[in-house]
Order: sequence, then C-alpha cells, then structure tokens
Amino acid sequence: MSEYIYTASFYVFAAMVIISALGVVRKTNIMHAALLLVLCFIGVSGLYVLLEADYLAAVQLLVYGGAVAIIIILSIMLTHRRRMEETSLANNRARAAALLGLLFMALLALVIFYTPWNYSPAEPSQLTVLANVLLTGYVLPFEIGAVLLLAAMIGAVLLAKGVDEE
Amino acid sequence: MIGLEHFLFVAAVLFVIGLYGVLTKRNVTAILMSMELMLNAVNINLIAFSRFITPESMTGQVFAIFTITIAAAELAVGLALVFRIYHDRNTVDAEQLNRMRW
Amino acid sequence: MFSQYAVQHAWLIPLLPFVAFVVIGFFLRRCPRPAAGLAIGMSLASFLLALGVGYGVFAGSITVDQPWIQKIPWLDIAGIFVSMGVYLDPLTAMMLMVVSLVSLLVQIYSIGYMAGDEGFARFFAFLSLFAASMLGLVIAVNFVQLYVFWELVGLCSYLLIGFYFDRISAREAAKKAFMTTRIGDFGLLLGILLLQVVFGTVDFQQLAGILPLYIQGSGIGLLTVAALLIFMGPLSKSGQFPLHVWLPDAMEGPTPVSALIHAATMVVAGVYLVARVFFLFSLLPNVMEIIAWIGAFTACFAALVAVSQTDTKRILAYSTISQLGYMMLALGVGSVTASMFHLMTHAFFKAALFLGAGAIMHGLHGQTDIFAMGGLRRRLPVTFAVMTIGVLAISGIPPFAGFFSKDEILAATAHVSGPLYGMAVLTALLTAFYMGRLLFVAFFGREKQGNMPHEAGPAMCFSMIVLSVLAVVSGAAGYMAHFGEWVRFGPALHEDLNLGIASFSTFMSVLGLGAAWLLYGRRSVSPDQLALKLGFFYTLSYNKFFIDEFYGWLNRTFVYGTGKILYWLDIKGVDGLVNGLAWSVGHLGDELRRIQTGQLQQYGVVIFTAIMLIAAWVVFSSPIFVAALQRGAY
Repeated sequence: MSEYIYTASFYVFAAMVIISALGVVRKTNIMHAALLLVLCFIGVSGLYVLLEADYLAAVQLLVYGGAVAIIIILSIMLTHRRRMEETSLANNRARAAALLGLLFMALLALVIFYTPWNYSPAEPSQLTVLANVLLTGYVLPFEIGAVLLLAAMIGAVLLAKGVDEE
Repeated sequence: MIGLEHFLFVAAVLFVIGLYGVLTKRNVTAILMSMELMLNAVNINLIAFSRFITPESMTGQVFAIFTITIAAAELAVGLALVFRIYHDRNTVDAEQLNRMRW
Repeated sequence: MFSQYAVQHAWLIPLLPFVAFVVIGFFLRRCPRPAAGLAIGMSLASFLLALGVGYGVFAGSITVDQPWIQKIPWLDIAGIFVSMGVYLDPLTAMMLMVVSLVSLLVQIYSIGYMAGDEGFARFFAFLSLFAASMLGLVIAVNFVQLYVFWELVGLCSYLLIGFYFDRISAREAAKKAFMTTRIGDFGLLLGILLLQVVFGTVDFQQLAGILPLYIQGSGIGLLTVAALLIFMGPLSKSGQFPLHVWLPDAMEGPTPVSALIHAATMVVAGVYLVARVFFLFSLLPNVMEIIAWIGAFTACFAALVAVSQTDTKRILAYSTISQLGYMMLALGVGSVTASMFHLMTHAFFKAALFLGAGAIMHGLHGQTDIFAMGGLRRRLPVTFAVMTIGVLAISGIPPFAGFFSKDEILAATAHVSGPLYGMAVLTALLTAFYMGRLLFVAFFGREKQGNMPHEAGPAMCFSMIVLSVLAVVSGAAGYMAHFGEWVRFGPALHEDLNLGIASFSTFMSVLGLGAAWLLYGRRSVSPDQLALKLGFFYTLSYNKFFIDEFYGWLNRTFVYGTGKILYWLDIKGVDGLVNGLAWSVGHLGDELRRIQTGQLQQYGVVIFTAIMLIAAWVVFSSPIFVAALQRGAY
C-alpha cells in the first residue's frame, strides 16, 4: 500500500510543482506569480521528502519558502509602477524561447530515458552521516559558504543603499 | 515503481519552464524568480541522483545544501541590483535596459 | 726586352688611363694643367705599351690561330665560371695601337681646344676613362668581360656627349644615345646569356672550339637566334640602320669627343665585336647575309642623308655611319681583313676630319653651318691642308689610305653579290660628292662678312698633322705589310689589287668630286635649282627620312599609351581592389555590430542555443546513446 501512497504523492507533488511553475512564467500579474512561486517551493519540498532527504526538505521550506519568497515580494512591492495586472508581461521572444525549451526538453528526455541507470541497492544514510561529511570532508566549502553569505549581505546592503549618496 | 527517471523528468520540465521564463519575462524580478525555478530543478536532480545512485555517501545532498546557499546569496544581490536600477532608471523593464549596445 | 714585357703586362694598357681617371676625378678636378699632364702621360705610356705589344705580336709567333691568352678567374659561382684577362692576337694588337694613338692625339688636341673651359679637368678624366674602357674591351677574353667594358664605353659616351650639361640639347642627346644603345645592349646580353645557358661557357677560345661540333649535332637554329641577338649590340653601338639615330645627335658633345668616340673608336666597337666573334657568325650564312645587307643599306642611306646636310659635324656624323656600314658589309661578305683594314684607315682620316672641323669651329667661335663659311683656305691653311687630305682619303683617291681599304671591301663584295656591290659603289660616289661639297663650300669661294677666323694653336695642329700623315700612308703601308696575312679569319687571302674594281671605284670617286666642284666650287650649276628640281627627294634627305619623327610617334603611341593603360589599371584595378577590400571590411563591421542589441535576453537565447547544440553533439556522439537508439525504445 505504501507503494500506491508513494506513487500518488509523487504525482500530486509533481503536478503542484509543474503547474505552479507554469503559472509563475505565464501570469502577467507579478504578485500572483510570486505566490505561485511559493507554492512551487512547497511542492519541491514535498518531492525532497519522497526522496528521503528530510533535512533538505526542511531547509527548502525555511529558506526558499520563507526567506526567498519574502524577499521577492519585498522587491515587487518596492518597484512596481503600473497596474498590477501588467507588471510582468512577456517580450516578443516567447515563441522562440518556447521552441528552444521544447527542443531542450526533448534532448533531456532522450538522455533520461535511454541511459541505463545503475541503481544502487544500499539504503540511504542517517542525517548524522550528512552532518559528519559536512563538517569533516566538506568543511572548507562550508566555511567559504559562510564567507560568501557575509559578502553577499554586505554587497546587497551597499548596492541597495547606494554609494554616492550624501 | 517511481524510479529515477520520473524525478529527473520532473526536474527537466521545471528547468525548461524556468528557462522559458528567463528568456521571456520583461520584469527583472520575474526573471529572477524564473532563475530560482531553474535552481530548484537542479537541486531535485542532485538529490535524486544521490538517492538512487549513491545513497550511502549523501554527496548530492551536500551539494544541494551549497546550491541553496548560493542561490539565496545571489538572489539577495540580484534584488539589490533591481533596487538600484529602479532608483536610477525608474523602470524594471528588461527591454529598456539596453545601453550596452552598438 | 720591352715587347716581351709589354705582352706579359698588356693588362697595364687599360689600367694606366683608368688610374688617370681615378686620380683626376678625386684629386685634380680644379687643377687643369696637372690633370691634362697626367692624362696625356698615361695615354702616352699606354701607347708605348701598345707599340710594344704590336711589335711582340708581329715579330713573334702570335697569330689569329695561336693567340696569346692570359686569364685570372673572376667569378666562380654555382656552375658559372667567368674569368677576366688578356687576349692578344694581330687583331687585338692593331686595335690597341690605333685606339691608344688616336686617344693620345685627341688628348693633345684637347689642350688647345678645351683651353679655358671650366670642365677642363673633368674632360680629361672622362677621356681617360673612355680610353681605359675601350682598351679593356679590345683585350677581352670572353663575352662577359667584353660586355662589362661595352657598357663602360657606353657610359663614357653618355658622359661626354652631355659634357655641356647646361644645354638642353646636349642632355637630350646624351639620353638618346644611351637609350638607343641600351636596346642593342639588351639584345647582346640576351645573346650572351643564351650562349652561357646552352654551352656553359662564354669564353671566346672555348666557344670557337665547341661551335662547329655543335652545329653538326644540333643544327643552326639556336645559334642563329643567339647570333642575331648578339648582333643587336653592334647594330646600335655602330650606328647601323635602324638604330643609328643617336649618332648625329651625339655631335652635341665637344669636337674632340666626336673625333675620338664617334668616329674612330667607340662606334667601331660593334664592328670589332663581330670580327672577334666571327667564329660564330661565319658558321651562319643567313646571318652573314643579313649583316651584309644591313651594312650596305646603312652605307647608302646615310650617304643619301649626308648630301643635303649643312652642319659640318652632322655631315661628318652621317659619313661615319656610312663608313661603318661599309665595315659591316665587309664582315657580312666574309672578309674580316677588309673590314679591319678600313677600320684602321677610317680611324685616322675621320679623326683628322673631325679635328679639322673642330679647328674651324674653334676659329669661328662655334660656327658649324658650312654656308656661313667660305674661302677659309686663305685664313686657315693648316686646317685646309688637313681637311683636303681627309676628303681625298675618304673619297678613295689613290694613293691615300681610303683607296686601299675601300678597294678591299669592294673587291670582297663583288665576289659575293652584285646588288651589294652596286650599292657600295653608289655609296662611294655619294661619299666623294658630299665630302667634296663640304670642302668646296667651306674653304673655297668668297669669304663671308664678319668672319674673322684664326688658325688653330700648336697643340691642335700637331694632332691634326700627325693624323693626316697617317691618313696618307696607312693604306699603302698596310697593303705592303700584308695586312691580310695578319688580321684575318680563316686562310689568308692574297688579294692583289684588282685593277678593274680599283679603277672603276677611282673613276666613281673622281666623278663625285667633280660633280661637287661643278656645283659648289665653280657654281656652274646652281645647287638651289637642283634642290628645287629634286623637290621631294631633297626634303626626304634633308629631314633624315623622318626616322626620328617616326620613332617619336612610336614612343608616344605605344610607350605612353601602354603607360596610360597601366596607370588606369593601377588606379581602378589595384587601388580599387585594395580600397574595396578596406571598404567591405568596414561595411561588414557596420552591419555586424547590430548584433549587439544590448538586450540580455537576446544574448541568453543565443547562448542557450549554442549550449543546446553542443549538448546534442555530445549526446549523439556518445556510444551509449547510439547503441540505445539502435536498440529501440527503452
């Protein structure tokens, strides 16, 4: 039975992700697009759960669904000018981009479905293994990631504030 | 029943949708939102591979953590830029940001 | 003894005048007297050495069949071996003596003639250089050495014709001389190169041995081409028709130059070349015939022009052309002896005539129109005597020199061809006529008002007298010393005087002189009336048959025409190509820059298309996928 639940949940989350993504790119009302983006993130988080990456699912919800979404809405609020319905129009490359997308899609599908994947029979590890790896094997990128965040913070503040004022 | 290909396919579709958004939307914030979609697709890919091909070493998940980190940082800086542009040019229309042309 | 020394050191003969040239040129430009002294000293030394060589040759065992040769290697590159050296045989010895003697006498004459001229030292420098070049040419052992000195001689001619360089006519004449002879030189060079390529050598002695065998093997075609090319040199240098046009204009140079270069020595370089290379020409009867006809035609043609000219030096110039024609004719009919004999006697009497003309000009302050002169025999007795001897010599009156040499030529021609003999005799008649005309108009009759001529100075007289003495005796002397045994090609011809030909030619000469006397001496018949009657022919003759005008037309039409075409091609074609290339690059840049729209999403589309294509390429070249596709759907 868990098999069926698993399958059903997969399709539900998959549908959530894809449909909300389509909404993000197609809606001309940017507020709606932002909210649909949040929905997409939630869906992705669900997919992570199905992939037994529980820690990451949580992180996804916190960071993306929380911080990223808020920041995007902040930016929308501070920059919109016209009527809300016209804030996110499409340019005249829509057809070319769609074609491009479909071609790439076909290519990816080809690769995905024709590669003979070798599934590994092992069981996924516990979270402690992740923590271990992160703080021993990959400690350098970890620390640098911290520095990166600091830099991004400073940079964002500086940029938003402006240098030549006063 | 649900195998690796399913997850990869979902990720691929998500990626292509994000790509479409990046190339098509006129609002710079919308472009950034589409880029987030692409990054999420990549994350799904990584975690799927980690789960099905190398489950014991969790390499994909580690990578995904870093991706999230970087995506967040990049988004912050990108939106700061949007503020700047709005402040200077009074527009966030990508079509009108074409000064670096011939 | 001295002649042994002279023969061994024959290379000094050209070297000494060359040293004079260098010294005068570098150091003595402002010192006329030392310059003249050095030049004459060196010329005298050369002449004495030449006499030594002459004695050594004629007393010793050096003959045309056994020449005395001394060589040093000069060029040895990549299979080409050329030497420089000395080639002595009776022909060379005769030329050395004649050239050095006339050169010496002309230099002595120039002390008087060029006195007071600003370029006095320069003149002697050039004369010395010329002497060195001509003497070097004469002793050449191979074509290359000959060509080197040939060009040097041409250079000296240019320098000396244009000596009065502040006169436009002199400059133009110098250029004309150089360019006309250049045409001939080009043919000569091609011929030499042809011989080098085919035979691997340009040495006279070696070629003389190789050629007869070659003809047996491969026939005469190639050699005919080479011979005709080589003959182009003498054609221009020795004033044969149609490249004779430079010689009359060369009279722009000072008279000593005309005497030395354009009468006695340089112009005969071409004749000498044919004689020296006779081993080639004598094997080719067709070429010989061409040479003979060209010679005869030139002789006749020039004589026809000379009869109507009024400028002293022009008359003498055309006379020189005519006599050179005689020499070529003699070579063409096979008689090296007759040609060289006439070369020798002509050098003496023509130089005498030119120096006499110079004396007249010097005395009348530059006057050359014979109709502005008259009755000069009373005022210029020495000059008159010299000119009379010269005229008699050139007309072929016995026992003067010209009689013997001209007679040899006529005899040789009569043996070979009737028409040629006829032309030669006609020329002799005309020669006597126009020379007599010159003499009678200038020296007889009434003196013109305003002419106050003074006789020439001692230096000038000395040379003139020596030359006129030679003009008297050299013919008989040569005949009696059996010139034909020494200077010859092939077996010696024992030509005794053919009384028939001799008397007929003498008769013709006397006839010519008599006609001149009647028209110009006694004025029994009016020459002007005669000119009117002959109308058209007179015009042709006076205008030199319009050859110069024809060449000018050719030049304007073809040379300038070609130039204009090529200029157009350059401007439109080449420049157009280059400019067009530059324009198209700029234009392309202009168009291509529109790709930079500044719109990032545009760039994104392009970039992503590229990425996709690369990805597709990678995927489809991967063996897994090729195999998978073949297996069918998963």
